[in-house]
Amino acid sequence: MAEETSINTAYAKMHGQKIAVIAVTIVLLILAMIFAAASGSVYIPPSDIISVLLNSVIPGISDNAVNENTAMILFNLRLPRIFLAALAGVCLALAGAVMQALLRNPLVSPFTLGLSSAASFGAAFMIVLGPIVLGSLYKSTAYLFGYTLSMNSVLMIFSAFVFGWMSVSIIYLLSHSRSASQSIIILSGVVIGYIFQAGLLAMQYISSDESLRDIIIWLMGGMWGASWQAVIILFPITLACFIIMEMRSWKLNTLSAGDDVAKNLGINVARFRIQGLLIVSFGASACLAFTGVIGFVGLMAPHICRMIIGNDNRYLIPCAAAAGALILVVSDTLARIVLAPIELPVGIIMYLIGGVFFIYLIVKGRGAGLE
Amino acid sequence: MKIDVMNLVHNYSTYKVLKDVSFSVDSGEVVSLLGPNGCGKSTTIKIISSLFKPVSGKIKIDGRSIDEIDPVDRAKLIGYVPQYFTYSSYTTVLETVLIGRTPYMSWSVSDEDLAAVDYALRSMNIRDLAERQINELSGGQRQRVFIARAIAQKPVFYLFDEPTSSLDLRYQIDTLTTMRDIIRRDNSGMIVALHDLNLALRYTDKVVLISNGEVYDAGRPADVLTPKAIFEVYGVKAEIIENDKGRFVLAYE
Repeated sequence: MAEETSINTAYAKMHGQKIAVIAVTIVLLILAMIFAAASGSVYIPPSDIISVLLNSVIPGISDNAVNENTAMILFNLRLPRIFLAALAGVCLALAGAVMQALLRNPLVSPFTLGLSSAASFGAAFMIVLGPIVLGSLYKSTAYLFGYTLSMNSVLMIFSAFVFGWMSVSIIYLLSHSRSASQSIIILSGVVIGYIFQAGLLAMQYISSDESLRDIIIWLMGGMWGASWQAVIILFPITLACFIIMEMRSWKLNTLSAGDDVAKNLGINVARFRIQGLLIVSFGASACLAFTGVIGFVGLMAPHICRMIIGNDNRYLIPCAAAAGALILVVSDTLARIVLAPIELPVGIIMYLIGGVFFIYLIVKGRGAGLE
Repeated sequence: MKIDVMNLVHNYSTYKVLKDVSFSVDSGEVVSLLGPNGCGKSTTIKIISSLFKPVSGKIKIDGRSIDEIDPVDRAKLIGYVPQYFTYSSYTTVLETVLIGRTPYMSWSVSDEDLAAVDYALRSMNIRDLAERQINELSGGQRQRVFIARAIAQKPVFYLFDEPTSSLDLRYQIDTLTTMRDIIRRDNSGMIVALHDLNLALRYTDKVVLISNGEVYDAGRPADVLTPKAIFEVYGVKAEIIENDKGRFVLAYE
């Protein structure tokens, strides 16, 4: 009989393999970001990208003279967009992975819990009623971090965020007295989604042609609204949500044993579940507010990673976060360049590539444990 | 150590499940809770495991009320094994059993955690399955993994809520024999809800027979499980047969 490997060796091997998968995903993400920065109507060679980046950190460190125009395109147009896509990917995939673990349901994502519908309603609400209710304030401009912002987009983003997060807070209030069981949370989320959907339809119905167009663009989602302000606001939110959930990742694993066993193992299940939902929804609402509706990543990035790296949330969360960012950066870049100069909505590309890749994983047999 | 179950009363809305249940368990003992469906066995097990609070009554461990113990410390004293198991796929046996270490760890896994997992896997005779995926196992093997998870938790008392009811005969006997050995070896204790009176006769040190939310009788299996008691609690006629292998209940009507 072959000699048995010690449990420590077995664990170390497993740990090593998972870290390697995460590392590969991060490397792919970095390559995708460089590719994204290079491609577009003007091709920028990677060497120039690195010079511009280095010079922006320490002026004059690289002697590779880069055309000022190129640097401008890179710095003002492409980089904010790439970072916005990456941050949105991280937040949405993180939200999906955590929600799926908290509710022990593979179909849960920011969409199923009504968050997207609520954020959409929030945006539409401001687009349609903002000019009427707020009058000249809606059309004014504000100054923040030395930048001039148009008040209407600030209000729309704020409204989308508030409603998005509110939907999950309502779920919390509904399930509070019912010991926060998963089925009540999921059903509440679905129903709240419909209620906001009704509000969204009403907004579309009464809106002017111009507002309707704005609403539809928002509903399609995309990185059109990218700016450094967006990145500066989202970065700390994303980082904080990620760190908090990574610190709680072992308890997420414990929840997989069922509520009763988790309680017996010392976890306050109701409190842990609702706190987790509020934390990841905060990040997801913040991202959706800037990007509009972005589906798929939140649901699929965690599933794709789960098939490759397994269900231990300590590894799954960073892997899904990196994969979410990778999927969104690649999709957004392809959406920009496939039919250039026409820009496609990012969803078209992402649903296609992601869907085909997911089907490939299932056919290859890695989806065997999905049930 | 000792668990005292004192005058438990509990209702599910208007239905009185527990009217007055008291008994005690010492470490080193395997105690079975017996009684017909709906008599309150499961409820009693869940209350002792602190899954919910009773309407009235107390659980004490060595004289200390269980409500006063911090949930993480309590998890090191009482390990609960449910009737139905929940697990996630894409998870290895090793990872699943490691979940039992939750009261002892927060993110990183220590050598002590791995040693406890190793001990639990060996106790359940599934050490060779450590790196297998949980969803590739048979039902019986999987059941052993979940019991191993409770062993890795290193509790002083194990609470089993009929975890053997869906197993075939061999696995039922295996599981109870293994658990009894562990209880003796580690001087821990066990309360197990059972349906099979013969398993109770053969593998437990003490039985608590519950009828309509009250303790009908408690004591040594051979003393409690009489034809009269079985008739009054379960409503079936039974005969006790004794041979060189032990005592057996034969229910016939």
